[in-house]
Amino acid sequence: MALMRITSPHAHGPMTTSRVMQNVLLATVPGIIVLTHFFGFGVLVNIAWASILALGFEALALRLRKRPLGFYLGDYSALVTAVLLGIALPPYSPWWLIAVGIAAAILLAKHLYGGMGYNPFNPAMVGYVVLLISFPVQMTSWAPPRGTGELPGLLEALQACFTPASFDGVTMATPLDVLKQNNSLLLEDLWQQNVQFGRWAGLGWEWANLAFLAGGLWLLYQRIYTWHAPVAMLTTLTLMSALFYDGGSSASGGSPLFHLLSGATMLGAFFIITDPVSSAVSNRGRLVFGGLIGILVYLIRVFGNYPDAVAFAVLIMNLAAPFIDQYTQPRTYGHASNRSDG
Amino acid sequence: MTDVSYRELSLNGLWKNNPAIVQLLGLCPLLAVTGSVVNAIGLSLATCLVLITSNTAVSLIRNIVSDAVRLPAFVMIIASAVTCIELLMQAYAYELYQILGIFLPLITTNCVILGRAEAFACKNSLLPAIYDGLIMGLGFGLILVLLGALRELAGTGALLADMDLLFGPAAESWKIVLIEDYQPFLLAILPPGAFIFTGLIIAVKNLIDARIQSRMDAMKEKPVKGSKRVRVTGTIS
Repeated sequence: MALMRITSPHAHGPMTTSRVMQNVLLATVPGIIVLTHFFGFGVLVNIAWASILALGFEALALRLRKRPLGFYLGDYSALVTAVLLGIALPPYSPWWLIAVGIAAAILLAKHLYGGMGYNPFNPAMVGYVVLLISFPVQMTSWAPPRGTGELPGLLEALQACFTPASFDGVTMATPLDVLKQNNSLLLEDLWQQNVQFGRWAGLGWEWANLAFLAGGLWLLYQRIYTWHAPVAMLTTLTLMSALFYDGGSSASGGSPLFHLLSGATMLGAFFIITDPVSSAVSNRGRLVFGGLIGILVYLIRVFGNYPDAVAFAVLIMNLAAPFIDQYTQPRTYGHASNRSDG
Repeated sequence: MTDVSYRELSLNGLWKNNPAIVQLLGLCPLLAVTGSVVNAIGLSLATCLVLITSNTAVSLIRNIVSDAVRLPAFVMIIASAVTCIELLMQAYAYELYQILGIFLPLITTNCVILGRAEAFACKNSLLPAIYDGLIMGLGFGLILVLLGALRELAGTGALLADMDLLFGPAAESWKIVLIEDYQPFLLAILPPGAFIFTGLIIAVKNLIDARIQSRMDAMKEKPVKGSKRVRVTGTIS
Protein backbone atom coordinates (compact mmCIF):
# COMPACT_ATOMS: atom_id res chain seq x y z
CA MET A 1 0.00 0.00 0.00
CA ALA A 2 1.33 3.39 -0.96
CA LEU A 3 1.93 5.86 1.81
CA MET A 4 -0.60 8.64 1.85
CA ARG A 5 1.00 12.02 1.82
CA ILE A 6 -1.22 14.36 3.81
CA THR A 7 0.04 17.63 5.19
CA SER A 8 -0.38 18.60 8.81
CA PRO A 9 -2.40 18.93 11.01
CA HIS A 10 -2.71 15.21 11.50
CA ALA A 11 -4.64 15.24 14.75
CA HIS A 12 -8.28 16.16 14.53
CA GLY A 13 -10.35 17.61 17.33
CA PRO A 14 -13.67 16.04 18.17
CA MET A 15 -15.44 19.28 17.27
CA THR A 16 -17.39 19.40 14.05
CA THR A 17 -19.28 22.41 12.79
CA SER A 18 -22.58 20.98 13.91
CA ARG A 19 -21.24 20.19 17.39
CA VAL A 20 -19.96 23.75 17.73
CA MET A 21 -23.27 25.16 16.59
CA GLN A 22 -25.19 22.87 18.94
CA ASN A 23 -23.07 24.11 21.83
CA VAL A 24 -23.69 27.72 20.86
CA LEU A 25 -27.43 27.04 20.72
CA LEU A 26 -27.28 25.39 24.11
CA ALA A 27 -25.38 28.35 25.56
CA THR A 28 -28.11 30.79 24.54
CA VAL A 29 -30.69 28.89 26.60
CA PRO A 30 -30.13 30.68 29.95
CA GLY A 31 -30.38 34.05 28.24
CA ILE A 32 -33.54 33.03 26.44
CA ILE A 33 -35.11 31.81 29.66
CA VAL A 34 -34.35 35.09 31.40
CA LEU A 35 -35.64 37.15 28.48
CA THR A 36 -38.83 35.07 28.40
CA HIS A 37 -39.28 35.54 32.11
CA PHE A 38 -39.06 39.29 31.81
CA PHE A 39 -40.65 39.97 28.44
CA GLY A 40 -43.07 37.07 28.05
CA PHE A 41 -43.71 34.50 25.37
CA GLY A 42 -43.03 36.98 22.57
CA VAL A 43 -39.36 36.06 22.80
CA LEU A 44 -40.07 32.36 22.25
CA VAL A 45 -42.50 33.05 19.40
CA ASN A 46 -39.85 35.23 17.75
CA ILE A 47 -37.25 32.51 17.99
CA ALA A 48 -39.54 29.70 16.88
CA TRP A 49 -40.89 31.56 13.86
CA ALA A 50 -37.39 32.77 12.94
CA SER A 51 -36.07 29.20 13.11
CA ILE A 52 -38.81 27.81 10.88
CA LEU A 53 -38.20 30.58 8.34
CA ALA A 54 -34.44 30.20 8.49
CA LEU A 55 -34.59 26.48 7.76
CA GLY A 56 -37.03 27.18 4.92
CA PHE A 57 -34.90 29.88 3.33
CA GLU A 58 -31.74 27.84 3.82
CA ALA A 59 -33.34 24.87 2.07
CA LEU A 60 -34.54 27.12 -0.72
CA ALA A 61 -31.12 28.68 -1.21
CA LEU A 62 -29.40 25.29 -1.13
CA ARG A 63 -31.84 23.93 -3.72
CA LEU A 64 -31.26 26.90 -5.99
CA ARG A 65 -27.53 26.52 -5.61
CA LYS A 66 -27.74 22.74 -6.12
CA ARG A 67 -25.99 21.97 -2.85
CA PRO A 68 -26.67 18.88 -0.70
CA LEU A 69 -29.61 19.76 1.54
CA GLY A 70 -29.07 17.33 4.38
CA PHE A 71 -25.42 18.13 4.87
CA TYR A 72 -25.81 21.88 5.14
CA LEU A 73 -29.10 21.88 7.02
CA GLY A 74 -27.52 19.50 9.53
CA ASP A 75 -24.80 21.95 10.52
CA TYR A 76 -27.25 24.09 12.54
CA SER A 77 -25.69 27.32 11.33
CA ALA A 78 -29.00 28.60 9.98
CA LEU A 79 -30.59 27.83 13.32
CA VAL A 80 -27.91 29.78 15.17
CA THR A 81 -28.52 32.77 12.91
CA ALA A 82 -32.26 32.48 13.48
CA VAL A 83 -31.95 32.19 17.26
CA LEU A 84 -29.58 35.16 17.49
CA LEU A 85 -31.85 37.30 15.33
CA GLY A 86 -34.91 36.12 17.23
CA ILE A 87 -33.29 37.21 20.49
CA ALA A 88 -32.25 40.56 19.06
CA LEU A 89 -35.68 41.48 17.67
CA PRO A 90 -38.23 43.13 19.95
CA PRO A 91 -40.70 40.58 21.35
CA TYR A 92 -44.18 40.57 19.80
CA SER A 93 -42.82 41.52 16.39
CA PRO A 94 -45.17 40.88 13.46
CA TRP A 95 -44.46 37.83 11.27
CA TRP A 96 -43.44 39.80 8.21
CA LEU A 97 -40.79 41.74 10.11
CA ILE A 98 -39.09 38.50 11.14
CA ALA A 99 -39.50 37.12 7.62
CA VAL A 100 -37.77 40.10 6.04
CA GLY A 101 -34.97 39.93 8.58
CA ILE A 102 -34.37 36.21 8.10
CA ALA A 103 -34.55 36.55 4.32
CA ALA A 104 -31.92 39.29 4.42
CA ALA A 105 -29.75 37.24 6.79
CA ILE A 106 -29.89 33.89 5.02
CA LEU A 107 -30.30 34.83 1.37
CA LEU A 108 -28.49 38.16 1.17
CA ALA A 109 -25.78 37.96 3.79
CA LYS A 110 -25.06 34.24 3.66
CA HIS A 111 -25.87 32.58 0.36
CA LEU A 112 -25.18 35.46 -2.01
CA TYR A 113 -21.63 35.44 -0.67
CA GLY A 114 -21.22 31.69 -1.08
CA GLY A 115 -22.93 30.16 1.92
CA MET A 116 -21.60 28.78 5.17
CA GLY A 117 -18.03 29.86 5.82
CA TYR A 118 -17.84 32.48 3.06
CA ASN A 119 -19.90 35.30 4.47
CA PRO A 120 -17.86 38.43 5.25
CA PHE A 121 -20.64 39.79 7.48
CA ASN A 122 -22.41 38.21 10.40
CA PRO A 123 -25.76 37.13 8.86
CA ALA A 124 -27.84 37.75 11.99
CA MET A 125 -26.48 41.27 12.29
CA VAL A 126 -27.10 42.02 8.61
CA GLY A 127 -30.71 40.91 9.11
CA TYR A 128 -30.98 43.09 12.19
CA VAL A 129 -29.52 46.19 10.54
CA VAL A 130 -31.66 45.78 7.42
CA LEU A 131 -34.71 45.77 9.68
CA LEU A 132 -33.50 48.59 11.91
CA ILE A 133 -32.88 50.86 8.94
CA SER A 134 -36.08 49.91 7.15
CA PHE A 135 -38.57 49.73 10.00
CA PRO A 136 -37.27 51.97 12.79
CA VAL A 137 -40.67 52.21 14.51
CA GLN A 138 -41.27 48.49 14.86
CA MET A 139 -37.64 47.82 15.73
CA THR A 140 -37.47 50.24 18.64
CA SER A 141 -40.73 49.35 20.35
CA TRP A 142 -39.85 46.90 23.09
CA ALA A 143 -42.42 45.35 25.35
CA PRO A 144 -42.39 46.56 28.94
CA PRO A 145 -40.60 44.12 31.26
CA ARG A 146 -42.25 42.12 34.03
CA GLY A 147 -42.83 44.30 37.04
CA THR A 148 -44.09 47.30 35.06
CA GLY A 149 -47.31 45.80 33.80
CA GLU A 150 -49.21 42.72 32.75
CA LEU A 151 -47.32 40.40 30.39
CA PRO A 152 -49.21 39.02 27.40
CA GLY A 153 -49.81 35.27 27.44
CA LEU A 154 -48.76 32.69 24.88
CA LEU A 155 -51.96 33.05 22.85
CA GLU A 156 -51.58 36.81 22.73
CA ALA A 157 -47.94 36.42 21.72
CA LEU A 158 -48.96 34.23 18.77
CA GLN A 159 -51.67 36.72 17.91
CA ALA A 160 -49.14 39.56 17.97
CA CYS A 161 -46.93 37.68 15.56
CA PHE A 162 -49.43 36.34 13.04
CA THR A 163 -52.32 38.80 13.15
CA PRO A 164 -50.49 41.97 14.13
CA ALA A 165 -53.51 44.18 13.35
CA SER A 166 -55.58 42.60 16.11
CA PHE A 167 -52.89 42.90 18.78
CA ASP A 168 -52.88 45.93 21.00
CA GLY A 169 -49.30 45.95 22.16
CA VAL A 170 -47.93 48.05 24.96
CA THR A 171 -44.42 49.31 24.41
CA MET A 172 -41.93 51.12 26.52
CA ALA A 173 -38.64 52.80 25.76
CA THR A 174 -35.61 50.72 26.64
CA PRO A 175 -33.14 52.12 29.19
CA LEU A 176 -30.64 52.89 26.42
CA ASP A 177 -33.38 54.76 24.58
CA VAL A 178 -34.38 56.79 27.62
CA LEU A 179 -30.77 57.64 28.33
CA LYS A 180 -30.36 58.80 24.74
CA GLN A 181 -33.41 61.07 24.88
CA ASN A 182 -32.42 62.48 28.26
CA ASN A 183 -30.87 65.91 28.25
CA SER A 184 -31.84 67.52 31.48
CA LEU A 185 -32.02 64.96 34.29
CA LEU A 186 -29.24 63.71 36.47
CA LEU A 187 -28.77 59.98 36.05
CA GLU A 188 -29.89 59.46 39.63
CA ASP A 189 -33.23 61.15 38.95
CA LEU A 190 -33.54 59.24 35.72
CA TRP A 191 -33.22 56.01 37.63
CA GLN A 192 -35.89 57.07 40.08
CA GLN A 193 -38.37 58.36 37.55
CA ASN A 194 -38.26 55.46 35.13
CA VAL A 195 -39.22 52.04 36.39
CA GLN A 196 -37.51 50.22 33.55
CA PHE A 197 -34.03 51.09 34.77
CA GLY A 198 -34.00 48.39 37.44
CA ARG A 199 -31.07 48.06 39.76
CA TRP A 200 -28.02 48.69 37.56
CA ALA A 201 -28.85 48.79 33.90
CA GLY A 202 -32.47 48.08 33.23
CA LEU A 203 -35.16 45.77 34.54
CA GLY A 204 -34.71 42.44 32.82
CA TRP A 205 -31.76 43.63 30.76
CA GLU A 206 -29.22 43.24 33.53
CA TRP A 207 -30.28 39.66 34.21
CA ALA A 208 -30.47 38.78 30.55
CA ASN A 209 -26.96 40.12 30.05
CA LEU A 210 -25.69 38.16 33.06
CA ALA A 211 -27.33 35.02 31.66
CA PHE A 212 -25.67 35.52 28.28
CA LEU A 213 -22.39 36.13 30.11
CA ALA A 214 -22.85 32.78 31.85
CA GLY A 215 -23.59 31.03 28.56
CA GLY A 216 -20.57 32.68 27.01
CA LEU A 217 -18.29 31.62 29.84
CA TRP A 218 -19.50 28.04 29.41
CA LEU A 219 -18.63 28.25 25.70
CA LEU A 220 -15.18 29.57 26.63
CA TYR A 221 -14.78 26.63 29.01
CA GLN A 222 -15.77 24.31 26.18
CA ARG A 223 -13.08 25.98 24.05
CA ILE A 224 -15.52 26.89 21.30
CA TYR A 225 -13.60 30.13 20.89
CA THR A 226 -10.73 31.96 22.56
CA TRP A 227 -11.11 34.66 25.18
CA HIS A 228 -9.46 37.39 23.09
CA ALA A 229 -12.32 39.08 21.28
CA PRO A 230 -14.90 39.15 24.10
CA VAL A 231 -12.41 40.28 26.73
CA ALA A 232 -11.04 42.98 24.45
CA MET A 233 -14.51 44.25 23.62
CA LEU A 234 -15.69 44.35 27.22
CA THR A 235 -12.45 45.99 28.34
CA THR A 236 -12.57 48.81 25.83
CA LEU A 237 -16.29 49.33 26.44
CA THR A 238 -15.58 49.63 30.17
CA LEU A 239 -12.64 51.98 29.55
CA MET A 240 -14.62 54.20 27.21
CA SER A 241 -17.60 54.45 29.54
CA ALA A 242 -15.36 55.06 32.54
CA LEU A 243 -13.53 57.75 30.61
CA PHE A 244 -16.70 59.61 29.68
CA TYR A 245 -18.56 59.00 32.95
CA ASP A 246 -18.65 62.11 35.10
CA GLY A 247 -20.48 60.78 38.11
CA GLY A 248 -23.95 60.97 36.67
CA SER A 249 -24.65 64.38 35.12
CA SER A 250 -27.27 64.63 32.39
CA ALA A 251 -24.55 64.77 29.76
CA SER A 252 -22.75 61.62 30.82
CA GLY A 253 -23.17 58.49 28.77
CA GLY A 254 -23.88 56.14 31.67
CA SER A 255 -21.67 54.19 34.02
CA PRO A 256 -19.45 51.29 32.91
CA LEU A 257 -21.76 48.88 34.73
CA PHE A 258 -24.72 50.29 32.84
CA HIS A 259 -23.02 49.76 29.50
CA LEU A 260 -21.80 46.28 30.33
CA LEU A 261 -25.23 45.09 31.37
CA SER A 262 -27.56 46.85 28.98
CA GLY A 263 -28.69 46.29 25.45
CA ALA A 264 -26.93 43.57 23.53
CA THR A 265 -23.50 43.93 25.14
CA MET A 266 -23.04 40.38 26.41
CA LEU A 267 -24.93 38.78 23.54
CA GLY A 268 -22.62 40.65 21.19
CA ALA A 269 -19.45 39.92 23.12
CA PHE A 270 -19.96 36.17 23.45
CA PHE A 271 -22.26 35.16 20.61
CA ILE A 272 -21.84 37.66 17.78
CA ILE A 273 -18.24 38.86 17.58
CA THR A 274 -16.92 35.35 18.27
CA ASP A 275 -18.35 34.12 14.96
CA PRO A 276 -15.30 32.35 13.46
CA VAL A 277 -16.20 33.23 9.87
CA SER A 278 -16.65 36.98 9.98
CA SER A 279 -14.16 37.93 12.72
CA ALA A 280 -10.39 38.28 12.56
CA VAL A 281 -8.54 34.95 12.60
CA SER A 282 -5.38 35.31 14.69
CA ASN A 283 -5.47 35.84 18.45
CA ARG A 284 -3.75 39.20 18.14
CA GLY A 285 -6.18 40.13 15.39
CA ARG A 286 -9.10 39.18 17.61
CA LEU A 287 -7.83 41.48 20.34
CA VAL A 288 -7.81 44.39 17.89
CA PHE A 289 -11.13 43.33 16.39
CA GLY A 290 -12.92 43.02 19.73
CA GLY A 291 -11.30 46.13 21.18
CA LEU A 292 -12.37 48.32 18.30
CA ILE A 293 -15.91 46.92 18.50
CA GLY A 294 -16.04 47.93 22.17
CA ILE A 295 -14.98 51.48 21.32
CA LEU A 296 -17.45 51.70 18.44
CA VAL A 297 -20.30 50.35 20.56
CA TYR A 298 -19.78 53.11 23.07
CA LEU A 299 -19.35 55.84 20.44
CA ILE A 300 -22.43 54.84 18.48
CA ARG A 301 -24.55 54.33 21.60
CA VAL A 302 -23.72 57.68 23.09
CA PHE A 303 -23.08 59.89 20.07
CA GLY A 304 -24.96 58.09 17.30
CA ASN A 305 -28.56 58.13 16.20
CA TYR A 306 -29.67 54.69 17.24
CA PRO A 307 -30.07 53.51 20.84
CA ASP A 308 -28.05 50.31 20.60
CA ALA A 309 -24.93 49.90 18.58
CA VAL A 310 -23.68 46.33 18.69
CA ALA A 311 -25.01 45.42 15.25
CA PHE A 312 -23.51 48.47 13.54
CA ALA A 313 -20.19 48.11 15.33
CA VAL A 314 -19.97 44.43 14.41
CA LEU A 315 -20.73 45.08 10.73
CA ILE A 316 -18.15 47.86 10.49
CA MET A 317 -15.51 45.66 12.04
CA ASN A 318 -16.52 42.66 9.90
CA LEU A 319 -15.62 44.88 6.98
CA ALA A 320 -12.27 45.66 8.60
CA ALA A 321 -11.47 42.07 9.60
CA PRO A 322 -9.46 41.16 6.45
CA PHE A 323 -7.45 44.35 6.91
CA ILE A 324 -6.72 43.45 10.55
CA ASP A 325 -5.72 39.94 9.44
CA GLN A 326 -3.27 41.45 6.98
CA TYR A 327 -1.38 43.23 9.76
CA THR A 328 -1.65 40.63 12.49
CA GLN A 329 -0.36 37.59 10.66
CA PRO A 330 1.35 35.36 13.18
CA ARG A 331 5.01 34.58 12.49
CA THR A 332 5.50 31.19 10.92
CA TYR A 333 7.59 28.99 13.18
CA GLY A 334 11.18 28.95 12.00
CA HIS A 335 10.86 32.05 9.85
CA ALA A 336 11.78 35.62 10.56
CA SER A 337 8.91 37.98 11.18
CA ASN A 338 7.27 39.51 8.16
CA ARG A 339 8.17 43.00 9.13
CA SER A 340 11.94 42.60 9.18
CA ASP A 341 12.19 41.44 5.59
CA GLY A 342 9.51 43.83 4.37
CA MET B 1 -16.55 52.77 -41.46
CA THR B 2 -19.70 52.81 -43.51
CA ASP B 3 -20.90 49.28 -43.02
CA VAL B 4 -22.38 49.77 -39.57
CA SER B 5 -25.01 47.21 -38.75
CA TYR B 6 -27.93 48.85 -36.99
CA ARG B 7 -29.04 45.50 -35.70
CA GLU B 8 -25.65 45.00 -34.06
CA LEU B 9 -25.82 48.50 -32.59
CA SER B 10 -29.24 47.87 -31.07
CA LEU B 11 -28.24 44.55 -29.61
CA ASN B 12 -25.13 46.12 -28.13
CA GLY B 13 -26.82 49.09 -26.55
CA LEU B 14 -29.79 47.26 -25.16
CA TRP B 15 -28.27 43.99 -24.04
CA LYS B 16 -24.77 42.82 -24.84
CA ASN B 17 -22.99 46.03 -23.97
CA ASN B 18 -25.62 47.77 -21.91
CA PRO B 19 -24.07 50.89 -20.38
CA ALA B 20 -25.68 50.41 -16.97
CA ILE B 21 -25.37 46.71 -16.25
CA VAL B 22 -22.48 45.55 -18.43
CA GLN B 23 -20.18 48.54 -18.77
CA LEU B 24 -21.29 49.71 -15.31
CA LEU B 25 -20.95 53.32 -16.39
CA GLY B 26 -22.88 56.22 -14.95
CA LEU B 27 -23.51 54.42 -11.69
CA CYS B 28 -23.67 57.65 -9.72
CA PRO B 29 -27.03 58.83 -11.06
CA LEU B 30 -28.13 55.22 -11.44
CA LEU B 31 -27.77 54.68 -7.73
CA ALA B 32 -28.75 58.11 -6.53
CA VAL B 33 -31.99 59.02 -8.23
CA THR B 34 -33.74 55.75 -8.92
CA GLY B 35 -35.88 55.84 -5.80
CA SER B 36 -39.03 56.10 -7.88
CA VAL B 37 -40.17 55.59 -11.46
CA VAL B 38 -40.75 59.25 -12.13
CA ASN B 39 -37.24 60.23 -11.09
CA ALA B 40 -35.81 57.43 -13.19
CA ILE B 41 -37.80 58.41 -16.28
CA GLY B 42 -36.87 62.06 -15.82
CA LEU B 43 -33.18 61.34 -15.55
CA SER B 44 -33.12 58.77 -18.33
CA LEU B 45 -34.91 61.15 -20.70
CA ALA B 46 -32.39 63.84 -19.90
CA THR B 47 -29.45 61.46 -20.31
CA CYS B 48 -30.82 60.08 -23.57
CA LEU B 49 -31.31 63.56 -25.03
CA VAL B 50 -27.81 64.61 -24.00
CA LEU B 51 -26.39 61.44 -25.53
CA ILE B 52 -28.11 62.01 -28.85
CA THR B 53 -27.12 65.68 -28.98
CA SER B 54 -23.53 65.10 -28.02
CA ASN B 55 -23.13 62.13 -30.38
CA THR B 56 -24.53 64.24 -33.20
CA ALA B 57 -22.22 67.14 -32.55
CA VAL B 58 -19.16 64.99 -31.99
CA SER B 59 -19.79 63.06 -35.17
CA LEU B 60 -20.15 66.29 -37.13
CA ILE B 61 -16.87 67.78 -35.90
CA ARG B 62 -14.89 64.54 -35.90
CA ASN B 63 -12.81 65.49 -38.91
CA ILE B 64 -12.18 69.08 -37.84
CA VAL B 65 -10.98 68.69 -34.26
CA SER B 66 -7.45 67.41 -33.91
CA ASP B 67 -6.74 64.37 -31.80
CA ALA B 68 -4.81 66.33 -29.18
CA VAL B 69 -7.71 68.54 -28.13
CA ARG B 70 -10.58 66.18 -28.78
CA LEU B 71 -11.39 65.45 -25.13
CA PRO B 72 -11.79 69.11 -24.05
CA ALA B 73 -13.90 69.67 -27.14
CA PHE B 74 -16.13 66.70 -26.32
CA VAL B 75 -16.56 67.85 -22.74
CA MET B 76 -17.50 71.35 -23.89
CA ILE B 77 -20.11 69.91 -26.22
CA ILE B 78 -21.53 67.67 -23.53
CA ALA B 79 -21.59 70.46 -20.98
CA SER B 80 -23.51 72.77 -23.31
CA ALA B 81 -25.96 70.00 -24.16
CA VAL B 82 -26.51 69.34 -20.48
CA THR B 83 -27.07 73.03 -19.80
CA CYS B 84 -29.73 73.16 -22.51
CA ILE B 85 -31.51 70.11 -21.15
CA GLU B 86 -31.32 71.49 -17.65
CA LEU B 87 -32.89 74.77 -18.71
CA LEU B 88 -35.60 72.88 -20.58
CA MET B 89 -36.43 70.83 -17.50
CA GLN B 90 -36.43 73.92 -15.36
CA ALA B 91 -39.00 75.41 -17.71
CA TYR B 92 -41.31 72.44 -18.22
CA ALA B 93 -40.87 70.16 -15.21
CA TYR B 94 -39.76 72.41 -12.41
CA GLU B 95 -40.65 70.12 -9.49
CA LEU B 96 -38.80 67.22 -11.04
CA TYR B 97 -35.90 69.54 -11.74
CA GLN B 98 -35.78 70.33 -8.04
CA ILE B 99 -35.95 66.66 -7.06
CA LEU B 100 -33.20 65.60 -9.43
CA GLY B 101 -31.15 68.55 -8.21
CA ILE B 102 -27.42 68.16 -8.61
CA PHE B 103 -27.76 65.00 -10.69
CA LEU B 104 -28.90 66.93 -13.74
CA PRO B 105 -25.72 69.01 -14.11
CA LEU B 106 -23.78 65.91 -13.15
CA ILE B 107 -24.88 64.24 -16.39
CA THR B 108 -21.89 66.13 -17.81
CA THR B 109 -19.57 63.81 -15.97
CA ASN B 110 -21.60 60.70 -16.77
CA CYS B 111 -19.06 58.33 -18.27
CA VAL B 112 -21.61 56.84 -20.64
CA ILE B 113 -21.76 60.03 -22.64
CA LEU B 114 -18.06 60.72 -22.89
CA GLY B 115 -17.54 57.02 -23.49
CA ARG B 116 -19.86 56.91 -26.49
CA ALA B 117 -18.39 60.15 -27.88
CA GLU B 118 -14.89 58.73 -27.66
CA ALA B 119 -15.61 55.12 -28.59
CA PHE B 120 -18.20 55.55 -31.29
CA ALA B 121 -19.30 59.01 -32.37
CA CYS B 122 -15.87 60.35 -33.21
CA LYS B 123 -15.21 57.41 -35.54
CA ASN B 124 -18.54 57.15 -37.31
CA SER B 125 -20.71 59.18 -39.63
CA LEU B 126 -23.73 61.14 -38.52
CA LEU B 127 -26.60 58.66 -38.75
CA PRO B 128 -24.98 55.72 -37.00
CA ALA B 129 -23.74 58.10 -34.31
CA ILE B 130 -27.23 59.44 -33.66
CA TYR B 131 -28.63 55.93 -33.64
CA ASP B 132 -25.94 54.77 -31.23
CA GLY B 133 -26.73 57.67 -28.90
CA LEU B 134 -30.41 56.81 -28.99
CA ILE B 135 -29.91 53.11 -28.35
CA MET B 136 -27.32 53.58 -25.61
CA GLY B 137 -29.58 56.15 -23.98
CA LEU B 138 -32.47 53.72 -24.20
CA GLY B 139 -30.40 50.89 -22.74
CA PHE B 140 -29.32 53.10 -19.87
CA GLY B 141 -32.84 54.45 -19.38
CA LEU B 142 -34.44 51.02 -19.39
CA ILE B 143 -32.27 49.86 -16.53
CA LEU B 144 -32.87 53.12 -14.70
CA VAL B 145 -36.63 52.74 -15.00
CA LEU B 146 -36.53 49.06 -14.08
CA LEU B 147 -34.47 49.86 -11.01
CA GLY B 148 -36.76 52.77 -10.15
CA ALA B 149 -39.82 50.53 -10.46
CA LEU B 150 -38.30 47.76 -8.33
CA ARG B 151 -37.20 50.16 -5.64
CA GLU B 152 -40.47 52.07 -5.61
CA LEU B 153 -42.43 48.83 -5.41
CA ALA B 154 -40.30 47.36 -2.66
CA GLY B 155 -40.04 50.65 -0.83
CA THR B 156 -43.60 51.93 -0.90
CA GLY B 157 -45.78 49.12 -2.26
CA ALA B 158 -47.00 51.35 -5.08
CA LEU B 159 -45.93 52.20 -8.61
CA LEU B 160 -45.94 55.34 -10.76
CA ALA B 161 -46.51 57.76 -7.89
CA ASP B 162 -46.14 61.50 -8.56
CA MET B 163 -46.07 61.05 -12.32
CA ASP B 164 -47.68 64.48 -12.66
CA LEU B 165 -44.27 65.99 -11.97
CA LEU B 166 -43.27 64.95 -15.46
CA PHE B 167 -46.45 64.46 -17.47
CA GLY B 168 -48.69 67.20 -16.13
CA PRO B 169 -51.82 67.07 -13.97
CA ALA B 170 -53.43 64.36 -16.11
CA ALA B 171 -50.95 61.87 -14.73
CA GLU B 172 -51.95 62.40 -11.13
CA SER B 173 -54.21 59.36 -11.17
CA TRP B 174 -51.60 57.01 -12.62
CA LYS B 175 -50.46 55.81 -9.24
CA ILE B 176 -51.11 52.10 -8.77
CA VAL B 177 -51.23 50.89 -5.19
CA LEU B 178 -50.35 47.23 -5.45
CA ILE B 179 -50.32 46.42 -1.76
CA GLU B 180 -52.61 48.18 0.67
CA ASP B 181 -51.32 48.96 4.17
CA TYR B 182 -47.73 48.42 3.09
CA GLN B 183 -45.06 49.15 5.66
CA PRO B 184 -42.54 51.34 3.85
CA PHE B 185 -39.37 49.31 3.35
CA LEU B 186 -36.96 52.18 3.75
CA LEU B 187 -33.85 50.24 2.80
CA ALA B 188 -35.04 49.89 -0.79
CA ILE B 189 -35.39 53.66 -1.14
CA LEU B 190 -32.11 54.46 0.59
CA PRO B 191 -28.82 54.18 -1.37
CA PRO B 192 -27.93 50.66 -0.11
CA GLY B 193 -31.15 49.45 -1.75
CA ALA B 194 -29.89 50.80 -5.07
CA PHE B 195 -26.68 48.78 -4.76
CA ILE B 196 -28.53 45.61 -3.79
CA PHE B 197 -31.11 45.88 -6.55
CA THR B 198 -28.50 46.78 -9.19
CA GLY B 199 -26.56 43.70 -8.14
CA LEU B 200 -29.67 41.56 -8.45
CA ILE B 201 -30.45 42.93 -11.92
CA ILE B 202 -26.90 42.18 -13.06
CA ALA B 203 -27.18 38.69 -11.59
CA VAL B 204 -30.40 38.02 -13.49
CA LYS B 205 -28.80 39.33 -16.70
CA ASN B 206 -25.82 37.03 -16.24
CA LEU B 207 -28.12 34.12 -15.48
CA ILE B 208 -30.04 34.69 -18.72
CA ASP B 209 -26.75 34.98 -20.64
CA ALA B 210 -25.52 31.72 -19.15
CA ARG B 211 -28.78 29.98 -20.11
CA ILE B 212 -28.55 31.25 -23.67
CA GLN B 213 -24.92 30.20 -23.88
CA SER B 214 -25.61 26.70 -22.63
CA ARG B 215 -28.50 26.33 -25.08
CA MET B 216 -26.24 27.46 -27.93
CA ASP B 217 -23.62 24.96 -26.86
CA ALA B 218 -26.22 22.23 -26.81
CA MET B 219 -27.40 23.16 -30.30
CA LYS B 220 -23.93 23.06 -31.76
CA GLU B 221 -23.28 20.01 -33.88
CA LYS B 222 -21.46 17.39 -31.97
CA PRO B 223 -18.89 15.30 -33.79
CA VAL B 224 -20.40 11.94 -34.64
CA LYS B 225 -19.04 9.23 -32.47
CA GLY B 226 -16.54 6.95 -34.18
CA SER B 227 -15.79 9.33 -37.00
CA LYS B 228 -12.57 10.48 -35.43
CA ARG B 229 -9.52 9.41 -37.33
CA VAL B 230 -7.00 7.92 -35.03
CA ARG B 231 -3.96 8.57 -37.13
CA VAL B 232 -3.32 10.90 -39.97
CA THR B 233 -0.48 9.95 -42.20
CA GLY B 234 0.33 12.74 -44.52
CA THR B 235 -2.02 14.92 -46.51
CA ILE B 236 -4.00 13.52 -49.37
CA SER B 237 -4.07 16.36 -51.85
